[in-house]
Amino acid sequence: MIEFILARYNYWIVIALMMTGLYIVFSRGNLVKTLIGLNLFQTSVFIFYITMGKVFGGTAPILLGGHAEEGHGEEHGGDHAESTHGTAYGEHEDSYASDPLHEGGAVNTIEETHAELSPGESLHTAPEGAVNELARAETPAGDVAKAALDHGTEILYSNPLPHVLILTAIVVGVATTAVGLSLAVRIREAYGTVEEDRLEAIDNQDDRAEVLV
Amino acid sequence: MGHLILRVTIKTLFAPIILFALYVQFHGDYGPGGGFQAGVILASAFILHALGFGLDRCQRVIPPSWLPVGMALGVLIYAGTGVYTLLFGGNFLDYDVIQPDSHHHAGQHIGIIAVELGVGLAVAATMLQIYYAFAGREPEPMDDSW
Amino acid sequence: MLLDDLPVLPVILPLIAAPVCLLLPNNKLSGSFATVVAWGAFILSVMLLQQIATGGAAEYALGGWASPLGIVYRIDLAGAIVMSLVSLMAAVTLPYAIESIRAEINGYQISAFFAMFLICFAGLMGVVATGDAFNVFVFLEISSLSTYTLVALGAKRDRRALTAAFTYLVLGTIGATFFVIGLGLLYQVTGTLNMLDINEQMQGQDNKVVRAGYAFIVTGIALKLAMFPLHRWLPDAYTYAPSAVTAFLASTSTKVAIYAMLRFLFTVFGFSFGFADVAFTFFLILGLIGMFYASTVAIFREDVKMILAYSSVAQIGYMLLGISFATVDGVGAALVHVVQHAVMKSALFMAVGAVFFAVGSHRLSAYKGLAKKMPITTAAFLIGGLSLIGVPLTGGFISKWVLIQAAFGSVQPVPTLLIVLMIVASSLLAVAYVGRIAWTMLLEDPDNNAPVKAVPLGMTIPMLLMAGLTLYLGIDAGGLIELCRAAAESLLGTGLGFGSAS
Repeated sequence: MIEFILARYNYWIVIALMMTGLYIVFSRGNLVKTLIGLNLFQTSVFIFYITMGKVFGGTAPILLGGHAEEGHGEEHGGDHAESTHGTAYGEHEDSYASDPLHEGGAVNTIEETHAELSPGESLHTAPEGAVNELARAETPAGDVAKAALDHGTEILYSNPLPHVLILTAIVVGVATTAVGLSLAVRIREAYGTVEEDRLEAIDNQDDRAEVLV
Repeated sequence: MGHLILRVTIKTLFAPIILFALYVQFHGDYGPGGGFQAGVILASAFILHALGFGLDRCQRVIPPSWLPVGMALGVLIYAGTGVYTLLFGGNFLDYDVIQPDSHHHAGQHIGIIAVELGVGLAVAATMLQIYYAFAGREPEPMDDSW
Repeated sequence: MLLDDLPVLPVILPLIAAPVCLLLPNNKLSGSFATVVAWGAFILSVMLLQQIATGGAAEYALGGWASPLGIVYRIDLAGAIVMSLVSLMAAVTLPYAIESIRAEINGYQISAFFAMFLICFAGLMGVVATGDAFNVFVFLEISSLSTYTLVALGAKRDRRALTAAFTYLVLGTIGATFFVIGLGLLYQVTGTLNMLDINEQMQGQDNKVVRAGYAFIVTGIALKLAMFPLHRWLPDAYTYAPSAVTAFLASTSTKVAIYAMLRFLFTVFGFSFGFADVAFTFFLILGLIGMFYASTVAIFREDVKMILAYSSVAQIGYMLLGISFATVDGVGAALVHVVQHAVMKSALFMAVGAVFFAVGSHRLSAYKGLAKKMPITTAAFLIGGLSLIGVPLTGGFISKWVLIQAAFGSVQPVPTLLIVLMIVASSLLAVAYVGRIAWTMLLEDPDNNAPVKAVPLGMTIPMLLMAGLTLYLGIDAGGLIELCRAAAESLLGTGLGFGSAS
């Protein structure tokens, strides 16, 4: 039971942050506190995605020395995370299968899927108004993976896709915070306060004044 | 002379931050980085200067009228790369058509650098614009009111 | 080349035009430029609709990377219908906005306003066009963020626009974040983000992760489409936004969210997903409650825009009802109502905007005796109002008719007769609130005989166009019904006619 809780500590942290953030949003504070709560809520989602992408024993998904150079000579100048990915997920399968506490069905499916098709890397960034998509498919995994195995260097990488999804979500969060704070500044100038209960009272006054007209 | 330390530090750090931003911009292929991060770092250099020396001096270096142009240009560079690939027969943002005869996908490299430049420009301009919009509303506190 | 790239053009055209519009000077040039762009997007969407109606669903791989690894745009008949609808609304609202916005926002904000409008338009088109689940989030947030800004621009005439925009921002962001959480859970189970691929990978799976993902995604989208009780942001946002913005948003943003809901319910989660029965019952109950609650509140409001906003929530209840029937007829009825409601609401809000331009207020008290001073606007308003009630010869009647027909085939345990009675009952409530406005306009005497400003042609023509379309779609709706049925069939077939996603 204790092991059950401890093994999923990342999810507990996610839940704690999420609920804290939502509580801050709902409780009657002022507008800036609401935005902070929103940020906290979004941060919990980031942590959720990042811990989801982490592979036991995996390093950051950036090609390390040997692979980068020999891979470059081959054909794809981009990254070969996918090719080593094939091997990486072979490893992943073992390490996860040996972990009896993980939710059985869900994880095994990931493994089988990944053994066949490594998810492409999508770079999502969304500056104001622009939609940027870049998807890279896997290269023929055979050649480079074989070269890696020949050199005896099997490097385990973490899954890069959640990292990229989080980058997008972070940018969206930044934009949302910027818009929210601009609105807070404008509200402060128009109403003279940023306290939510005062704002509601003033708005209700305005409504009632309108009805009497 | 209260914030001499602050001002000297900012002056010292200003150029290295910009240099770092350029490093992050162009090393997105090989390390953590890319357009968004670089844009934010670049903007933060100017914002730091504005915080230490006052908004007026910063606005003399980067006039506010430049920033909407920067934002729009950044987005247009990105979308323009996509339209370029469209016009040359590929799908939207199909970078390979930029250099069709390359064996190691040089088109991908060129395409990525182009779009990341667009992103970096747009993000830097946007961040600076946000700062100008917020800071330009309240009168700056006097030096001796710190 | 144009035909090959058609799926992506209606999305990138407004997206590229937006930064250009930002750089244009603050006069009619920016508005005219935006109008031309919207018309261009509309023409492209109609071409796309024709292509898909004859040739089947269109798939377009961005960047040349094929599915399921790359991001693909996948547009089937339902998507093409919604894309054409959204672009039609933009093409009609933008010329309206050029005139109406002069009185409602500051002069130095005009180019930025149209740039935001185009970004919102592009975001909405992108949500419909894409076939990648995370891409839906990106475009949804693009359109939402620009919407918050557009709503806040109404602050010049009423500062409550700012608090309305803030509430909308907070609730909308929570909804989008719920969507992302659900998507993360789905990604954990399937390892992919491509919609068709997720469906394939999830076949036969029914564990807690999938159910949790389902709940989060449905809740997130439900907030965007203002399903009761997640509708709290809608009345204030619609009331205090500028008139053109309300006309555009009321006819597009919730409809696109309905489309996203349909896409996720039927394409991603597939129809045979065990947990789905519970969800559809929820839709039925919440749709019915929304219909009654919103219509009832609308009767007691004193602000015409707020009445119409609550009526929007009620009409969304009808669409949810159609979805909850979970049959081809039901989903087809929901799609028919999507189109009809968009057209009638845009006509109504444009009429309200014209009255605001002429009289300066959208309180019910300002509408007294308006029929004599502004006959054309009154006529357009009444046509829209009759359509809301569902009087024969207007579009609203057709959608209620199709909905009642679909109710007879529903899979829900609730007795059909009860549902039919409730649909009719809520139409009676609509009579109450529309009748109240109509009474004020037609039969009451005006408070003063102040002359009203003449409404420019740029505002009258789009309004009459939409009113005329409401009438047309009420008289000759056969084509629309057929189209929506075919779209519903392809939606419920769980798959867009393309083979396995790999």
